[in-house]
Amino acid sequence: MASEHIQPAETFSPIFGRLTLDWIPIHEPILIGTFAGVALGGLLVFALMTYFRLWVPFWKNWVTTVDHKKIGIMYMVLAFIMMVRGFADALMMRGQQAMAAGGSEGWLPPHHYDQVFTAHGVIMIFFVAMAFITGFMNYVMPLQIGARDVAFPFLNNFSLWMTVAGALLVNISLFVGEFARVGWLAFPPLSGANYSTGPGMDYYLWALQIAGVGTTLSGINMIATIVKMRAPGMKLMDMPIFTWTALITNVLIVAAFPVLTATLALLTLDRYMDFRFFTNDFGGNAMMYVNLIWIWGHPEVYILIIPCFGIISEIVSTFSRKPIFGYRTMVWATGCIMVLSFIVWLHHFFTMGSGANVNTFFGITTMIIAVPTGVKIFNWLFTMYKGRVRLEVPMLWTIGFLVTFTIGGMTGVMLAIPPVDFQLHNTLFLIAHFHNVIIGGVVFAVFAGVTYWWPKAFGFKLDEVWGKRAFWLWFVGFYVAFMPLYALGLMGVTRRMNSYPDAAWQPYFIVAAIGAVLILAGILCNFMNFYVSIRDRKRLACGNDPWDARTLEWATQSPPAPYNFPEDISVVGREAFWQMKKENYQFSTDYQPIHMPKGTASGVVISAFALIFGFAMVWYIWWLAIASFVAMLAIGIAHTFNYNRDYYIPADEVRQTEAKGALA
Amino acid sequence: MSSATYAEEQSMVEPLAERPMHHAREARPREDAHAHSSPTPVGFWIYLMSDCVIFGALFATYAVLGGNYAGGPAPKDLFEPGFIAIETALLLFSSVTFGLAMLRAGKADTNGTLMWLAVTALFGAGFIGMEIYEFNHLIHLGAGPDRSAFLSSFFALVGTHGLHVTGGLIWLITLMVQIRMHGLIGPNMQRLGTLSMFWHFLDLVWIGVFSFVYLVRLI
Repeated sequence: MASEHIQPAETFSPIFGRLTLDWIPIHEPILIGTFAGVALGGLLVFALMTYFRLWVPFWKNWVTTVDHKKIGIMYMVLAFIMMVRGFADALMMRGQQAMAAGGSEGWLPPHHYDQVFTAHGVIMIFFVAMAFITGFMNYVMPLQIGARDVAFPFLNNFSLWMTVAGALLVNISLFVGEFARVGWLAFPPLSGANYSTGPGMDYYLWALQIAGVGTTLSGINMIATIVKMRAPGMKLMDMPIFTWTALITNVLIVAAFPVLTATLALLTLDRYMDFRFFTNDFGGNAMMYVNLIWIWGHPEVYILIIPCFGIISEIVSTFSRKPIFGYRTMVWATGCIMVLSFIVWLHHFFTMGSGANVNTFFGITTMIIAVPTGVKIFNWLFTMYKGRVRLEVPMLWTIGFLVTFTIGGMTGVMLAIPPVDFQLHNTLFLIAHFHNVIIGGVVFAVFAGVTYWWPKAFGFKLDEVWGKRAFWLWFVGFYVAFMPLYALGLMGVTRRMNSYPDAAWQPYFIVAAIGAVLILAGILCNFMNFYVSIRDRKRLACGNDPWDARTLEWATQSPPAPYNFPEDISVVGREAFWQMKKENYQFSTDYQPIHMPKGTASGVVISAFALIFGFAMVWYIWWLAIASFVAMLAIGIAHTFNYNRDYYIPADEVRQTEAKGALA
Repeated sequence: MSSATYAEEQSMVEPLAERPMHHAREARPREDAHAHSSPTPVGFWIYLMSDCVIFGALFATYAVLGGNYAGGPAPKDLFEPGFIAIETALLLFSSVTFGLAMLRAGKADTNGTLMWLAVTALFGAGFIGMEIYEFNHLIHLGAGPDRSAFLSSFFALVGTHGLHVTGGLIWLITLMVQIRMHGLIGPNMQRLGTLSMFWHFLDLVWIGVFSFVYLVRLI
């Protein structure tokens, strides 16, 4: 890879900027193999879609749709694809560290290894975990509040495609140029112009900025939806817990993501226009960056986990056949976490040297977060207590979550003690801790949620046997992969090491690599499960309410009609659907025309130009950057000249759709 | 567990029988789907708050780095109070004229609205023009953003505000065209309302910039 050389500015071409053929990594067998695989797969999909004439329906029904359910599904698809990419990075790292002991260099040279761990972190957080939770919130939340769509349907489509554009830019860096070699939060001065000269760092910046626009707008959209679009009668304290967690998560997104935007913009100015924010000279201060990025970064981890708390709450309640225990305490606990998450950021750098008093403050606030989190854990346990617990696959993931997340939370409390942190800072103990809460928390809850809501989205359940295989492989694989890292961390092994001299560490790394292979088997079972279930969808077909659930999304057909509910429902009290079932409530058959938003291509087209803009900025292709920016602006303005944005679904069509659903 | 929570738990075990039947669909007129008032103002408020956080981060950066002159010029060497006062006045007057446009719009006076919007745009453009002049002048003096962290944070904060005003101007002109085409119809009134919020918000941010970037550093 041509990442080491510094290109003098005089050699930049006016047409291609600093992009030259040297930047195509034709000497890297891993990348060439990957590229061949992606290209072949892409060609196959292209050929199949052309053969089955799927392009027009795909464009009309998916790409340009403003339907929150389809957008939610597309977020999930993006997350699963990116999970494969991020997990491939993980396997490469585990393989490298299993080999590179006692003088051996392993199979990844440092400049490649550094890109792999950076890409792994960036992809898993921004394009897997974020995409999963955004997908769930998109799909489930409007149904739970009895709405027809989100508050701003066009914006929702635009947010999705901006996220996809960011993901694409990260993946383009694999085959054109390089990715950043700076760790997932890109601390300067390493990420500054002097130490990261290549385009990798710029890929990082533009990918996250473009995706960040989507995330912020999606956050605004969801808050407005929950505040304004609830079914009449649904008070805030009547909302399902998942909707509550969605509200609080999106408040966090809107409050935290602008800080990320600003911080990355400042670093971009440093890199592109010789600003001096985070440089070593001219009065810059790199610790300013570290503070700013963690003021976003700590709320970010709660942005990921809080909706997962919501998923777990819904599942525990449904599968224990009881209302959630301590609804109010659940809501208040989530609210407390929301506030506290903004006053703990400094625990990420106790070793900065802020002094004992500052560290004590942030250590204590961090430990206090364990209190509302503990309230949640006990609420889930008490919900199960004396409930009729059904140990189906979603509940297995939930119990795996409860055990694993609690352990991860407790190692977090250990790290919150500043003197302990001085020992463990930047060791594998930290790596084990945050994987313990992100895999044991976010990933397990996501799979619980996928299994739980899949029948709603597609009308059939996922296969039980493959689901259980996936669960046990993931569950066991997680412990095998990460418990050795705790031990290594206590021995003082630092993170991000390409190779290490002490061969005594190697057995632990080999066990961790075996764990990663078990997780790989778990992922394969996940995909096998999708395949088998889609193949056997007749056998697995289920009604609209397969789990005997309690919240409004289960009152719709499976899959729900485009308009969600055939009438304008109103509710009183919590667990609206449970009450409807008790009252044997039927939807009115006196159908009326339903007012709906129209699909639009503006979102995907603007996002495509955003992708081109990002690429042009990475490579200093200024003419293309200007042209694509003007195009984005022009299309955005043209979009506002379209006043004809909605239509009515005729009553007859509603009648037919409902009749079809009744047969299914 | 407090007693109130316990009582609540109890009530949640058997909450249904005592409550009135609630899916009283006949009680409401059919058009209730539209009775949700538009989410746009709320959504736009939330957007403004997110923008406020961006400015907050930039203000914080200026607060931390604003004293790092790195041997270069300090505010007293660079800022001219008279110039800043005129610039500020232009923006504040543009907020007043936007308010006058909103008053005309409330009276369904299309031409009056357009006229005051045009005046607003002129004030806004004057403000931007002065800012560009100031930036150009500073860079010419060798006090560009690459000179020190103080100047970097100054250019980033003031420049971000300027970019917002520029965006507001583009929006303003677009909306004037749309009002010309369709008159003061519902969607245009809503856009006028949100743009008005945006414009006043930028005014408010500028008051912060004027106070903390210029005024405090000059006295």
